[in-house]
Amino acid sequence: MNTVSAVWSWLTTAANWSGENGVWHRLEQHLVLTFSCLVISALIALPVALTLGHLGRGGALAVNLANIGRAVPTFAVLVLLLLTPIGRHGQWPTIIALVLFAIPPLLTNAYVGMREVDQNVVRAARGMGMTGTQLVWRVEVPLAAPLVLTGIRIAAVQLVATATLAALVGGGGLGRIITAGFNLASTPQVVAGAVLVAVFALLMEAAFELAQRWAPGWARGRAR
Amino acid sequence: MTAPPPDDCLAHNDWICGDYLSTRRQILLDALLQHLQLTVFSVALGLVIAVPLALLARRRRWTVGPVLGITTVLYTIPSLAMFSLLLPVYGLSATLVVVGLALYSLTLLVRNILAGLDGVPAEATEAARGMGYGPMRQLLTVELPLAVPAAMAGLRIATVSAVALTTVGAIVGYGGLGNLIYAGMNAFFKAQVLTASVLCVVLAVVFDLLLLGVERLLTPWRRASRRAVRSRAATGPKRLVAALGRRT
Repeated sequence: MNTVSAVWSWLTTAANWSGENGVWHRLEQHLVLTFSCLVISALIALPVALTLGHLGRGGALAVNLANIGRAVPTFAVLVLLLLTPIGRHGQWPTIIALVLFAIPPLLTNAYVGMREVDQNVVRAARGMGMTGTQLVWRVEVPLAAPLVLTGIRIAAVQLVATATLAALVGGGGLGRIITAGFNLASTPQVVAGAVLVAVFALLMEAAFELAQRWAPGWARGRAR
Repeated sequence: MTAPPPDDCLAHNDWICGDYLSTRRQILLDALLQHLQLTVFSVALGLVIAVPLALLARRRRWTVGPVLGITTVLYTIPSLAMFSLLLPVYGLSATLVVVGLALYSLTLLVRNILAGLDGVPAEATEAARGMGYGPMRQLLTVELPLAVPAAMAGLRIATVSAVALTTVGAIVGYGGLGNLIYAGMNAFFKAQVLTASVLCVVLAVVFDLLLLGVERLLTPWRRASRRAVRSRAATGPKRLVAALGRRT
């Protein structure tokens, strides 16, 4: 009970929300980091996945990439990058690690989506004389859209979580409130930060859920 | 004249250093042991909770939504936040890390066990019933064994993820090899960070292979028709799992 009220009073103290180490500034850092990394990784992963999916190659690559990614601790990669010469360039270790770990879900889902397009539809489109490019943009990509979007959603939620970890290596973002709390040995601040991070991650998930629900029919498709 | 400073890889702060391995062997082994214990206990705890949950969801269909919903919400919470949220309950302890990791493994385990149970062919259960098997015997001798491949797929991914996630436990001082990475970061000790990171990945791969071996031992009937089953399995649980993404 005591902790709950202490956490509540931390969260309702205006001083904790403003300034360099305040919640608003950390939230802004978190958002900027998440979205810029999402855009970079999508620009890298999606063209590759759509091309490979269209050609029907690289399935093993996509699956293996996802499996290897799971075995590598994000925290270890962050620290390793920090200790290389890249570490001297501000945010770059964080950005590289984030992009690296956001690529597998984007790649796998987009590839699987392209491969799962009904082959009869593809043959029919070819029979109608569509060129390869037309086939990709008018048939395969629209039909693969639900899974591609699911991949983007997974990558985004994962980026929110990874951006939190970046705080451990001195990056910005909401995780910093937690690590600062640990340094101050202030349990209320640690828990308040954790609540903020958890709420943010859940809101991100919910936002995608709603977006998918209200999206036009072709983009809907349940998360598979 | 003063003695010249030692001219070895530790003094150079090289990434790869044999002297590090020989002088810090005990520290490395202790960290590895802690990592191993945290991973095994958390996945075991997850399994102990997940099996009844999956069975409940199967018996009472209306519980499927809430069970999957709650475990998925837990899975969404970033690990740093998860460990911190459990702080008031467990304090700075190994239990905190074990419970946090167990909560993450729940999602993967429940989903996959459920998928495995749902994948049991109706012919098999009907045949068992026709032979006079009661519900308990049917569950233990027919349904659960047939669900093993899908459940093991979930268990393998949950274990590999737990190995990687244990490192974050360093924030509360119980991160196994993560402790060495954390300390190495603060001291700019490259050899320690790289060695601990590599050991993490090796540990994950060893666990994965061990569980693969266990799976083969548990499902001797699959060896006969492995090719047929593999093509079916490749589209089943793997996709479910790919949709969850990894935990960070």
